[in-house]
Amino acid sequence: MSLWFPRLASDRVLRAQPVDGPFALTLRQGNTERLYCLNPAGLRQGLTPGMPASDARAFCPDLQSRPAELSRDTRFLHALARWAGRYCPWVGLDGRDGLVLDVSGTVHLWGGQESAMIADMRQRLTRAGLAVRIGVADTRGAAWALAHYAEGIAPPGAASETLKPLPVEALRIEAKAALALQRLGVRSIGDLMALPRGTVSRRLGPGVLMRLDQALGARGEQVSPLAEPPHYGVRMTLPDPIGLSADVMAGAKRLLERLCARLKENEMGARVLCLTLRRVDQESQQVELRLARPLRDVARILPFFERGVGQVDAGYGIDLLRLEATQVEPLPTEQIAHMRGPEDGALEDLITRLGTRIGLENIQRFLPADSHIPERSFLIAPAAWSRAQGPWVALRPRPVQLFAPEPIGATGARPPRHFRWRRMALTTQRATGPERIAPEWWLEDDGWRRGLRDYWKVDTAQGRRLWLFHTPQDPGWFVQGEFA
Amino acid sequence: MTARLTDQFPPRRGRTHEVQGPGAIGFALALAGRLGGVVLWVMQGWQGRQLNPVGAAEYLDPQRLLIARTRDEAETLAVAEEALRAGAVTLVVMELTQPLGLTPGRRLQLAAETGRSTGLCLMPEGVGSNAAETRWYTAPVFDAADSTLMRWEITKNKSGTLAAWDVRWDAETHRVIVVSEAGERPGVAGAAG
Repeated sequence: MSLWFPRLASDRVLRAQPVDGPFALTLRQGNTERLYCLNPAGLRQGLTPGMPASDARAFCPDLQSRPAELSRDTRFLHALARWAGRYCPWVGLDGRDGLVLDVSGTVHLWGGQESAMIADMRQRLTRAGLAVRIGVADTRGAAWALAHYAEGIAPPGAASETLKPLPVEALRIEAKAALALQRLGVRSIGDLMALPRGTVSRRLGPGVLMRLDQALGARGEQVSPLAEPPHYGVRMTLPDPIGLSADVMAGAKRLLERLCARLKENEMGARVLCLTLRRVDQESQQVELRLARPLRDVARILPFFERGVGQVDAGYGIDLLRLEATQVEPLPTEQIAHMRGPEDGALEDLITRLGTRIGLENIQRFLPADSHIPERSFLIAPAAWSRAQGPWVALRPRPVQLFAPEPIGATGARPPRHFRWRRMALTTQRATGPERIAPEWWLEDDGWRRGLRDYWKVDTAQGRRLWLFHTPQDPGWFVQGEFA
Repeated sequence: MTARLTDQFPPRRGRTHEVQGPGAIGFALALAGRLGGVVLWVMQGWQGRQLNPVGAAEYLDPQRLLIARTRDEAETLAVAEEALRAGAVTLVVMELTQPLGLTPGRRLQLAAETGRSTGLCLMPEGVGSNAAETRWYTAPVFDAADSTLMRWEITKNKSGTLAAWDVRWDAETHRVIVVSEAGERPGVAGAAG
């Protein structure tokens, strides 16, 4: 069975945002925008795909157009292929806008009638806003020909009869070969079948006969189904409910062993795991575990679940456990090196364990940033999703702690002799500076509304060493940091 | 009797210690730089002030610094205890604001013993716990020639004497250099109390 979506791209866009009147998707080819896909209203106006977009606009002023997105079309076709799995398990893609299904084993589910299956398919697709043309035949080639040129069902064994009146283009041959055949006066497949085989292959190469044989079933052609994406989820049903956390942990261990084996097969590591515990009263509870780095080691992952499992309310007991790796990352197998210390990984484990308590994003590290603005000279990033970076260079002395600027009552361009800060009376003994830092004008920052800052390191007689700044454009004095 | 700083600093491993006073952050950074290894700094997330890694680079490599931001004091203690017990970090610095009871103090002590890592509580003055191995009072000191001088004073010591030193941090060798024992230096005589 072959499904052809003649207007897949425009149908996909129009499903989300319906448009009245002519609509087209344009695709840039070389230097010109060309029409790629049209809706029926556009076709009725006499527009054709491949037409330059400017011509089309002159021709049909109320044409609405949008650029085509081929990658999203492909993704949409993959989604359709997944949907088609409801009719048969053997679904393959056919070009950019078609699907091919091997339904020979599933027709009996529809009472042995392909027409019943097609009617259901057509109804569902039309409801979804997709135009579809369906052809059913013994061979993939014949089904394709029917879908594109004469919708219908070819009865078993009658492929050649059905195909005879169709044009030679229906054989999926190259445009050049089709043109050559037309010039020879061979217009239909029946005409081609009447020609001696030797002449055809001498003049047009073996491709034409191969396609003809494929359509008639003399040569086999496979439908290669899409690979099923690996599913990282395992479940366990229990005959009797359990309630002790040790029992739940034992169950989780068994699930984890199966899951890790599957992860290992695909060289993946789990980053986020979700353990769902269903109680006998159908209530289900989830324990989510986020790891500081991808892992597939049972012994290392299992202890992290202890805290979450301990908080679960088992109620009348748990009778179903389900473990799923909701986020996976590639984790290639590594050779175990004797150089690595045993403590390697201990830090990640600690981060994971602390993450289950306070949230993984609350464990952070500093990354250097390229800015003269003191508060933007570093970045704070979650430790689990970043790597330590260096080097750290301080061209001028910088305080060890920073806080939001705290105003002190002082005037003048030089640091005040006496000032009060945090209810302390301080006396300046030595002032080093000024170091002028200009705001980064390309960034909007409320803290820098006062403009330039002249920074001073002030050593007070009381001991405290503070980082003061003066804003000459809007006079004021502030304390922003403290040295050790 | 004169006490040598090298006997007391770095303070004993596998124990938790306390530091108070305005120079506490400098003390913690100096200790982190002296010990090496990864340092976990546990602080409450709501605070407006923060550590400046660019400035701290003089003491330790900020690549080895991890920050844990907690919601409250109880969470800080729980995180610190877990990190001490795991032993994956050499130093756990926790910023505390409330008095530390004997039980949580003892728990931290046991966790540090298990993990063989050092714990350091930064706390305001006068809220120390009896479980602490040593307690330090640190403050920056003004000196006409030196702008990194600090006074470190042991105010509680379970296994040693109490003493005070004037020290400065040497960024190149990553060592604490004793300038003089407090009270001996001319000009600040008697200041040690």
